[in-house]
Amino acid sequence: MIRTSRRTLLRTGAAFAGASALGFPSIARAQAEKIRIGHLTPLTGFLGVIGSYAQLGVKLAAEEINASGGVLGKQIDLLSEDSINPATAATKAQRMLEQDGAVVLLGEISSASSLTIMQVAERNKKVFFSTGARSDALRGKNCNKYSFHCDIPNTVMVNAVGTALSQKGMVKGKKFFTLTADYIFGHDLLKAAKSFFGAHEANLIGDELIATDVTDFSPYLLKVRQAKPDVVCCNLAGNQVTNLVKQYAEFGFPYPLVGFNLNTGDAWAAGAGNLSGTWPTVWYHTLNNPASQAFVAAFTRKYGKPPENHAWIEYVTLKLLAEAINTTKSTDSNELIAYFEKQAQFDIGKARKAYFRSWDHQLVQEAYPFTVKPKDQMKDQWDMLVLGDVVPAANDPLETIYPTKEQNPCGMKA
Amino acid sequence: MQLEFLLEQVVNGLVLGGYYLLIALGLSLIFSVGGIVNLAHGAFYALGAYVCVELTKRLGFGASVVISPFAVALLGILFERFILRRFYTADPILSLLVTFGLAMVAEQAIRMIWGAAPVSTEIPQSFRGSVIVGDFLFSRYRLLILAVVAAILLGIWLLLQKTSFGRVVRAGIQRPDMVAALGIRLQPYMTAIVMLGVGMAALGGAFFAPITTVHPAMGAEIMTVAFVVVVIGGLGSFWGVVIAALLVGVVRGIAIHFEPAAGEASIYILMFLVLLVRPRGLLGERIEKFE
Repeated sequence: MIRTSRRTLLRTGAAFAGASALGFPSIARAQAEKIRIGHLTPLTGFLGVIGSYAQLGVKLAAEEINASGGVLGKQIDLLSEDSINPATAATKAQRMLEQDGAVVLLGEISSASSLTIMQVAERNKKVFFSTGARSDALRGKNCNKYSFHCDIPNTVMVNAVGTALSQKGMVKGKKFFTLTADYIFGHDLLKAAKSFFGAHEANLIGDELIATDVTDFSPYLLKVRQAKPDVVCCNLAGNQVTNLVKQYAEFGFPYPLVGFNLNTGDAWAAGAGNLSGTWPTVWYHTLNNPASQAFVAAFTRKYGKPPENHAWIEYVTLKLLAEAINTTKSTDSNELIAYFEKQAQFDIGKARKAYFRSWDHQLVQEAYPFTVKPKDQMKDQWDMLVLGDVVPAANDPLETIYPTKEQNPCGMKA
Repeated sequence: MQLEFLLEQVVNGLVLGGYYLLIALGLSLIFSVGGIVNLAHGAFYALGAYVCVELTKRLGFGASVVISPFAVALLGILFERFILRRFYTADPILSLLVTFGLAMVAEQAIRMIWGAAPVSTEIPQSFRGSVIVGDFLFSRYRLLILAVVAAILLGIWLLLQKTSFGRVVRAGIQRPDMVAALGIRLQPYMTAIVMLGVGMAALGGAFFAPITTVHPAMGAEIMTVAFVVVVIGGLGSFWGVVIAALLVGVVRGIAIHFEPAAGEASIYILMFLVLLVRPRGLLGERIEKFE
């Protein structure tokens, strides 16, 4: 019998278990004479679920663009990989620009990974569309000339839900307990939430920072009960949200659960009987708009299920990028930046057109609060949410819900 | 008041530890008897959850949570017969590689069958909500899990200590060559141990399906904690693993009480400290074949 010391064996075992967390890239390479676009999104880890929707959305956009003749007469060659973590995301972004010849980058959901890709984009002087990251700081103190931000920032999510909660009398004078994702996104969201609570006379009586790989929330739920709040507020991300929502339903606390961040993918994962409360979203597949519905139909035909909000944002981003390249007849970074900074308007499948704000490169667009449909009214497992009134209201300017220059200053170097 | 809150975390940690035990005990048994670090153990946990979600649509949760572990245990027979059996006497690195590969194949297979997006199920209404016993709050559902784990634990202990099956298994852990010399084939015992181990992992998955995200990578997620428990408990020791699982649950709860951000790190610090003092784990026996 071959002898191996117990410790060596266990050490090797642990190393393998660790390695399995790293995941493997799905690489789609192709040929010359194409316009190559680098795409990174988390396909593994706590954001992997919504990242896989993002990848489906961007692939559909590339196929549609190519089927209608491509951009500048060339086909788009989409190079899509798992971004894994902030360090790997930066390494891959650098490789895509330097070795694979990508002319522009897009993607990402994690604010931490998006931040490192933004730095790579700036160093290489290439444009990066951060499609799904929501941290205010990316548009504020970390902003740079080459980075554009498509999803709604944390402040907008807080304003969207906060306004809906205020109307129900659930803010003023109420005691809030928050559960916050322990990385840049969560810290940033908590900051936005605190400033909202401060401005609306609500009290924050407790906050827990929670690591992104936590799956069991019971110790935190005990602390929530010990604090006896009026409202529990979820500032978590990805699988964290799903796990919390399920376990909150399990414990059956009387305090209403609301949240400043939720992706439809997380809501679907939590399941119909578990989710309740009021949450924000950037888009939902039942949105009554012809362009949105055309996208939903195409996506559902191809993948057999409706798109999630990250699928939608990746889809519209690649579409508006193609439009910009065709209009400027160039893939040159400076020409593209100049075009977007003129605040060109894009149809993104919402009532009002969207544009990138010139001073912080934020895609200014409508947002929505939503509540959960009673189970017996759902048409299918995806028909879970009821969109509330659009924010800002139709006659208010779009920018009223976005952070101002004073709130979130961005000093972009030329 | 502060002390009461702390005690509540300790008790809750014990409940959670019971759940960790479902996964760690099988991992430890398979390693002790077969000498195989089963990196695919998490895959059976994930399969247990998925099969349970799938069956719940037709049979309801109660029946599914019972049937799912048995179905996965049957799969365990194939796993032992056609894969593990070839590696009992081979270089352990080979079984590490093959189970690591299998874990990836299983994860991708789940992704292909059920998709990358999570599937969901919920707890039956009668088990929702919490009960207050004395000063402590418990989730009704977790009390049910704890009761089942306690029953299983007792069953396995009796099986290992009081039956001839258990005697052979315990002898096989220490001196497989001696068992062979007595004319006893260990292979059928190994099949039973693997069935038991992966069945327990599947039961863990089925039980946790309604209260956690059921997604393809959930198997990899649980493996780290299971490993920590096995390493702290020490190999070959039934009670070592039991104590370690409870300890890990409690230490995590206490850490979260005082310093929430350190919650996840606390169990690794615990492992480090235990190994520093007792390199074989808390109650690890000296097993000649691994020395």
